[in-house]
Amino acid sequence: MADVAIPRAKPQMTEAGAWAQLKHNRNWLGFWFMVPAMVFLIFFLAYPLGLGIWLSFTDTRIGRVGQFIAFENYEWLWDDSIFWLSVFNTLLYTFVASAFKFGIGLYLALLLNEHMPFKAMLRAMVLIPFIVPTVLSALAFWWIFDSQFSIISWSLKQLGLINQNINFLGDTTWARICVIFANIWRGVPFVAITLLAGLQTVSPSLYEAATLDGATRWQNFRYITYPLLTPIIAVVMTFSVLFTFTDFQLIWAMTRGGPVNATHLMATLSYQRAIIAGQLGEGAAISSAMIPFLLAAIMVSWFGLQRRKWQQGENND
Amino acid sequence: MTDLPTSRIDLKAVLHSSAPTVAKDDHSEGMSYLQSVPRRLVTLYLPLAIIVVVLLFPFYWMALTSVKPDEQLLDLDKYNPFWTWNPTFKHFHKLLFESYYPYWLWNTMYVAICATVLSIIASVFAAYAIVRLRYKGANLVGGLIFLAYLVPPSILFIPLATVVYQYGLFDSPLALILTYPTILIPFSTWLLMGYFKTIPFELEECALIDGASRWQILIKIVVPLAIPGLISAFIFCFTLCWNEFIYALTFLQSTSNKTVPVAIVNEFVDGDIYRWGSLMAGALAGSLPLVILYAFFVEHYVSAMTGAVKE
Repeated sequence: MADVAIPRAKPQMTEAGAWAQLKHNRNWLGFWFMVPAMVFLIFFLAYPLGLGIWLSFTDTRIGRVGQFIAFENYEWLWDDSIFWLSVFNTLLYTFVASAFKFGIGLYLALLLNEHMPFKAMLRAMVLIPFIVPTVLSALAFWWIFDSQFSIISWSLKQLGLINQNINFLGDTTWARICVIFANIWRGVPFVAITLLAGLQTVSPSLYEAATLDGATRWQNFRYITYPLLTPIIAVVMTFSVLFTFTDFQLIWAMTRGGPVNATHLMATLSYQRAIIAGQLGEGAAISSAMIPFLLAAIMVSWFGLQRRKWQQGENND
Repeated sequence: MTDLPTSRIDLKAVLHSSAPTVAKDDHSEGMSYLQSVPRRLVTLYLPLAIIVVVLLFPFYWMALTSVKPDEQLLDLDKYNPFWTWNPTFKHFHKLLFESYYPYWLWNTMYVAICATVLSIIASVFAAYAIVRLRYKGANLVGGLIFLAYLVPPSILFIPLATVVYQYGLFDSPLALILTYPTILIPFSTWLLMGYFKTIPFELEECALIDGASRWQILIKIVVPLAIPGLISAFIFCFTLCWNEFIYALTFLQSTSNKTVPVAIVNEFVDGDIYRWGSLMAGALAGSLPLVILYAFFVEHYVSAMTGAVKE
């Protein structure tokens, strides 16, 4: 009897052991906990990311499986003046908008950091442009920049500064200025509020000490505020650059890339080529061309974070 | 906007989530007494007033346009364009009863809530595993999730369109519910990791000694303690969903399935010269739910926004 019972009991033991291991082992538990997030990220992020790069090497169209054509899409784009115009527009848009966002955002953060009445309410109001869906505020700008009934043209005419309506979104230069302005308008609150959060961690005692030593307001800013704020500036600006570079909705709602492609960004051009014209392969090539730029931005962010660790100590998070 | 219950914003929530809270308990007067009132007027209040007016003007203009009668909208000479004495709700009426607007609102809300709930559940598990289980390679996975946060939708929408088509999800809200989490999960995992780190280890150790499983610890100890973080993540994700445009534009086709941002851009923009009133009414009605939500949860909102950047 005993001979039979022992071999029967043994596999049961090992099975329970394996089950217990799946339940209690740190690594297996970690794996189970990660499953939901990983499923989403692998199927709808990592896989499409790879697929997008693959598509850019094929001549896929909507409703037709493509053939592998190596670098033909890229060669085609290399000679495409509209593509280069969109690259130029994207860089211009990103640099100008980010520079202004940084300048105005930092200035606004410094202003909001002062002691004054209704401080809390002001801060809450400043963030509203960031909350409202971009497309909907872009529509408001579309109406504000209307060629015939623009309130800006009307006001300037009343003031006697101009005689004719400004064709805001119909003229290439004006259209660029308008979309960049709208982007700055939308981005400033984000920059300002995050920098303000950084500013609040700077101890006022530092300013008091510096003032006693005879520092001016500018010196206070240059030698106390700015160095202490550098790490958070690096991160915020990377995010800002990244999202400006890949912007789509603002342009699509305001100009759809017009007039004469003057405001086409790489994202809008890839949408136009891929979805509207149906050339999925070519569109994928345009959006893949954004990846090197994004990698550059991410590297900047990474070094910014490293620098922060270096400044504030390793275990400070 | 003036009656926002925002007296408590003060960014204290931000300071809670971050380690260096040096400035928090310092006196708030600072050195402002060193400046005279006229000087403050020029260096502080004036620039601040200008910036705030510019930031809020589009909303004023949106609201004003949506209640103006048509003839006043286009006749700038006879009526003062900055105000109207006979507001009308005609545009809103048209929006609610003569268009698909209620459907669009419902779609947006449905998609946003489903995608947010899905993402928060997935992120709670992932964040807990990365921060507290610290399985082999947890740091690497944390880094990868941060990288995923930096992958923008505008380079994913083309391949995702083919994926959505293959899975037969095209033109269904499910396409959005399943793709939005790719934007939301990285963000909320990163945010929740920060919150979970602040929960003392000792609590978990006690529970482990008392025989609680990891699952029980997560549900009964960690999640209840991280409620503020969950609210922040929820609100921010909800806002991101509501705001999302390019996926909704690409994956949805039939008019009644669209979300508010896409529908307004595509359906209201006809050649009609009198479209502005209803267009602005639509934009206003699409923004209001978010602004109201924001008004109630300012602190959470700010802490979500800054928390994710600070980590």
